[in-house]
Amino acid sequence: MKKYYSFFRLRFFMGLQYRTAAAAGIVTQFFWGIMEILVYRAFYEADASAFPMRFEAVVTYIWLQQAFLAVFGAWIMEGEIFDTIRNGNIAYELCRPVSIYQMWFSRSVANRASKALLRCVPILAVAALLPSPYGLRLPASLLHGGVFLLALVLGLLVIVAFTMLVYVTTFYTISPEGVRIFCVSVVEFFAGAVIPLPFFPEKIRYILELLPFAAMQNVPLWVYSGSMSGEEMLRAVCLQVFWLAAMVAAGRSLCRRAEKRVTVQGG
Amino acid sequence: MRRKLRLYGHYISIVIRGMMQYKASFLLTALGQFLVSFNVFLGIYFLFQRFHQVRGYNYSEVLLCYAIVLMEFSLAEMWARGFDTFSGLVRSGEFDRVLVRPQGEILQVLGSRFELTRLGRMLQAVVILIYAVCTAGIQWTAGKVCAVLFMLVGGMAVFSGLFLIYAALCFFTLEGLEFMNMLTDGAREYGKYPLDIYGRRALRLATVIVPYALIQYYPLQYILGRTASPVYIFLPLLAVLFLLPCYGLWRFGVRHYKSSGS
Repeated sequence: MKKYYSFFRLRFFMGLQYRTAAAAGIVTQFFWGIMEILVYRAFYEADASAFPMRFEAVVTYIWLQQAFLAVFGAWIMEGEIFDTIRNGNIAYELCRPVSIYQMWFSRSVANRASKALLRCVPILAVAALLPSPYGLRLPASLLHGGVFLLALVLGLLVIVAFTMLVYVTTFYTISPEGVRIFCVSVVEFFAGAVIPLPFFPEKIRYILELLPFAAMQNVPLWVYSGSMSGEEMLRAVCLQVFWLAAMVAAGRSLCRRAEKRVTVQGG
Repeated sequence: MRRKLRLYGHYISIVIRGMMQYKASFLLTALGQFLVSFNVFLGIYFLFQRFHQVRGYNYSEVLLCYAIVLMEFSLAEMWARGFDTFSGLVRSGEFDRVLVRPQGEILQVLGSRFELTRLGRMLQAVVILIYAVCTAGIQWTAGKVCAVLFMLVGGMAVFSGLFLIYAALCFFTLEGLEFMNMLTDGAREYGKYPLDIYGRRALRLATVIVPYALIQYYPLQYILGRTASPVYIFLPLLAVLFLLPCYGLWRFGVRHYKSSGS
């Protein structure tokens, strides 16, 4: 366990060094957030009664989404891992007395966490200062705030477990581009990155909420808005844990099988 | 000029022949491009299931707008992709080789890439455009058809200009600058709705800073029959002038190029 913690720490502090990149990211995220909010404002003015939640709640949803984009973004994958598999450097990784799955997992978590930490603080701070309907609101209650943090961490782990599945399939396909683009589009859509899940029609939304994609970003964001009762929150968090366990189990077994028959590329 | 065009054609045919050696990869990437923009379409679809109209635009009218912007962007990306990946050329010092050859740099950079995979996006734009044209109930006249064509020309010019700025900035920063994505990808992403949706102020910014409104909002008003003034047909062509300052910045960058070596 200790060695994986070291991997985590190394990557985490390395990630914190990229401050200029973070500043650029923050500006972009602000722009994105403002544009999203303007879109929903137009729709709100078109028909307020068709809104599934209050306008302020949508605004908060959007700001959190932007602030924690590094946690939620499905397209954030590690080029290094794909390269390792493609160019044969995987041979060195296999020599090490560590589990590849756990090493990559802890590295990915660290990368996302450090990126998100650098970006979220300024975004949240400024968003909270914006005037009333366009600003970030406080969580509904202390309980909701606490569950939000828990759900956020679980969401991070679920999405990393998902990207691990994509990395592992690279062992079998070598050229990951197709699989990768396909997975990213599916996740983006079903997780609520294109439009928030509450905006889907009732029946479709019911199914979407059971899928693993909802566990990635919809659960924490929805918990924060205070729209869930205690029982619903418990159910949602349990579902997150379930999907995390399922995807880690699948990823590990696939990884173990791949390690046995791995072909080392290149020379 | 004719020789340059022939050379460009030759460059492109080499790039395409090279790409066709990896047919599976080509098809998958094209499919991926299709899927990514399909998400945007689904987003519009589900929002209109709920709201039916926004600022007086209905579903078909928004789709028409989205299809045209998507087309403008994919066309520009297809042929100006060399600028999009230009940072690699500068960082590796490859650009030295471009400079010593007896041909214009822009021609060589443009000829270095031709992203045929954007056909995936293009295909989707065409399908959506056909659907929107059939359902929007527009009385098509020669003027309106011209307006659409001019929008494509002007849009290609504006987006190519943005890619050119992106590349020119690499001379100074070596890295591609992330904030430029706001101007290119952001315009594609949020250009799906007519610009007045974002409010008067946003519309004004999008007219003055980068002339997005000239290739989207104003001609669209004419096509949708909200204004009869034929001036609106030709506004997209005015947007082509945007290329001038972009080219100026590029020249300035080339003159200040210091090889990074390798």
